Amino acid sequence: MPKLVLLWTDAVLWLLLAALAFYGWRLRRLPPLRAPWRRLMHDAPALCALIVFAVFAVVALLDSIHFRRALPPTASGEVFHATRTESLLDELLARPIAMRESSYSAPLAAVAFNRQSVEQGGTVVRTFPRLQHGGAHLADPQRDRAGDIARRALAGAAGGLIVAAGLFALTAGWRARRKGIPWRWALEDVVRDRTRVPLRAALLCATALCLLAGVVAALMSHYHVLGTDRTGNDVLVQALKSVRTAFVIGSLATIATLPLALVLGIVAGYLRGWADAVIQYVYTVLSAVPNVLLIAACVLMVQVFIDQHPELFATGAERSDLRLFLLCLILGLTGWATLCRLLRAETLKLREMEYVQAATAFGLPVGRIMLRHILPNTLHLVLITTVLDFSALVLYEAVLSYVGVGVDPSLNSFGGMINLARSEMSRDPLVWWSFTSAFVFMLALVLSANLLADGVRDAFDPRARALRVRKG
Amino acid sequence: MTSAILRRALYAVLVLVGVNLMTFLLFFTLNTPDDMARLNIGGRRVSPEQIETWKAVRGYDQPLMWNEQAEGAEKLTRTVFWQRSVSLLWLDFGRSDSQNAVDIGQEIRTRMLVSLQLAVPIFVLQLIASVGFALVLVFFRHSRVDFWGVVLCVLMLSISSLFYIIVGQLLFSRVLKLVPISGWAPGLDAVKFLVLPVALSLLARLGGEARLYRAMLLEEVSKDHVRTARAKGLSEPAVLVRHVLPNAMIPILTSAGSYLPYVFLGSLLFESFFGIPGLGAYVVDAISAQDFAVVRAMVFLGSLLYVAAFLLIDIAYTWVDPRVRLE
Repeated sequence: MPKLVLLWTDAVLWLLLAALAFYGWRLRRLPPLRAPWRRLMHDAPALCALIVFAVFAVVALLDSIHFRRALPPTASGEVFHATRTESLLDELLARPIAMRESSYSAPLAAVAFNRQSVEQGGTVVRTFPRLQHGGAHLADPQRDRAGDIARRALAGAAGGLIVAAGLFALTAGWRARRKGIPWRWALEDVVRDRTRVPLRAALLCATALCLLAGVVAALMSHYHVLGTDRTGNDVLVQALKSVRTAFVIGSLATIATLPLALVLGIVAGYLRGWADAVIQYVYTVLSAVPNVLLIAACVLMVQVFIDQHPELFATGAERSDLRLFLLCLILGLTGWATLCRLLRAETLKLREMEYVQAATAFGLPVGRIMLRHILPNTLHLVLITTVLDFSALVLYEAVLSYVGVGVDPSLNSFGGMINLARSEMSRDPLVWWSFTSAFVFMLALVLSANLLADGVRDAFDPRARALRVRKG
Repeated sequence: MTSAILRRALYAVLVLVGVNLMTFLLFFTLNTPDDMARLNIGGRRVSPEQIETWKAVRGYDQPLMWNEQAEGAEKLTRTVFWQRSVSLLWLDFGRSDSQNAVDIGQEIRTRMLVSLQLAVPIFVLQLIASVGFALVLVFFRHSRVDFWGVVLCVLMLSISSLFYIIVGQLLFSRVLKLVPISGWAPGLDAVKFLVLPVALSLLARLGGEARLYRAMLLEEVSKDHVRTARAKGLSEPAVLVRHVLPNAMIPILTSAGSYLPYVFLGSLLFESFFGIPGLGAYVVDAISAQDFAVVRAMVFLGSLLYVAAFLLIDIAYTWVDPRVRLE
């Protein structure tokens, strides 16, 4: 039996998922709360963004189940566990991870990127040697490679299409049953975009994702789809593993801002007077320091502390995970001022509302008023800020890693990938695939988060709807 | 009016004292000066004498907050807190933690001029470009141009500035060979080193800012006085420039003003990528060399500039909008 390992960030990610599930369950019973979510579902770009975002989330969550493999039992029957911590995603990607080359190779290549001296029949020739794993099954790479890739890609695309067609059929079937109409009508509604929820757009988006996943999955077992890096590791694997780091930073760091921002913002707005003055002073001081510098200072201090106390950590994974966790905490503790200011302003407005006055007149305790009457009515602000911050933080991670105060270098991250790719981009001939992969993955993640954030803002903030873009 | 400004200035000083205390706690409670000495001298075996000299040169050899041995007011002043942290308030930055213990103040003075040469053109051009683009989008509001313009903005703001820099350097310096990849020269020669970073910085921030300014302008467009202006028969461009833009200037100035400290502090990324010896590059170097004195000095300088910038913005409000009175 492998031994499960619960890292700090894993625990928080799963707790977050549980909290979301609980929220969803409550949502079913509270129709007024459901209305903005329904508005979000009716927004085609937001819905597609949500789908892409969910795919990334699944990758991140798969990468958040960690375990240590059991070693073969010793003679005395005791079972030991490997020191290396693996995740479920590693297990799924076991084959590409195992296909380790010696150095750079271009995407889908069958030969190495650099010339090497190889002995051929007694003489030494400078040539591009065959890769150990990428395209190793080909007899003559020059002749067979293109055909083989095309065949596999087509097969993968066909598989993806079948899954997508299944999705279409399922959606139509579900709609037919709900509306009590024939299945064919339901399918026609979906295909002609006559549904209230933009199912066609959502399904087309899912189809594109299925096609992509099918092609990549079909090619992944015999080629390096996005090439290999300097140490011969598969770039696609690195990019997929980086998704978790980006996710952890994006979600954890915003959640870390919430306790302080919520408590202080509402207390300052509701109590006013000296409590307000003190809280305002604290967040003015905090926001007076340029963010990057404050974060850099905190991270440096924590780093020195970790370096001076190596005895506190059992494995390397635990140390790099704790560093990531602390980075999120630092980002949270330095970044709560904006949300706090928003919540204070909103509370100042809310405390003058009649229902709050009524609650005060009934003699409810102050804490209860803040908890039951003010807090729920500020939550839309919290949600909007949280989603908006996600993409900014993912971008921020890359900058922090470049400056040298980001995540542990042993942890896969987009910032780390870009950092390494920097020197590759000045090589001649150019090694472009690491950089491009990081670019594409990051763009997909950040863009979907941004579109989702726009959708959430439109759905939850009535004032924002006036500014939305309409296609003329 | 004067007393209002004076009160704001006093509050600003109070904030700076808070920042000072916070940085001191941050830098001296988690790790002791001995830890930093060991880190900076490097190596596993560091003799106690080495640590003592390292601390003595940089003024860390005194008690942290309270000196029992000293007399009178010196109990307070002959401490690390007074000499290395409070002294920042009168811009005495002291010596750096690195091996050669250079004077940080001197370094900051020379580097700030370099940073300004990069940051001032960026700040001015950024404001013009972003407001201009936003005005175009607002002129074509609720049309195809607006829609695709906003799509472009979202796309641009979803790309990390690192990508703009790396691709820009590759394209314009390596492939087209239009400008040098990186470096610096004093005087007018600096222009050829500055063109690319300025252009890339404009591009990297255009998406986010133009979208923000578009929203601010749109909020103004539907107001009554704008409708009146249109009803008078003014052309749409004239309405936008004369009636909408001046009123939207307040939120725009506020958000642009938050960049003001960075005008002096320079850009961390652009300076270190393009080898421009400004303050931004100084911070990046200090972080990688774990030179805490420099980081501390820059944290304080940054907040000083931030506080000053907001004081200026408050005063500028009264000038842009006569209705606003400082109270």
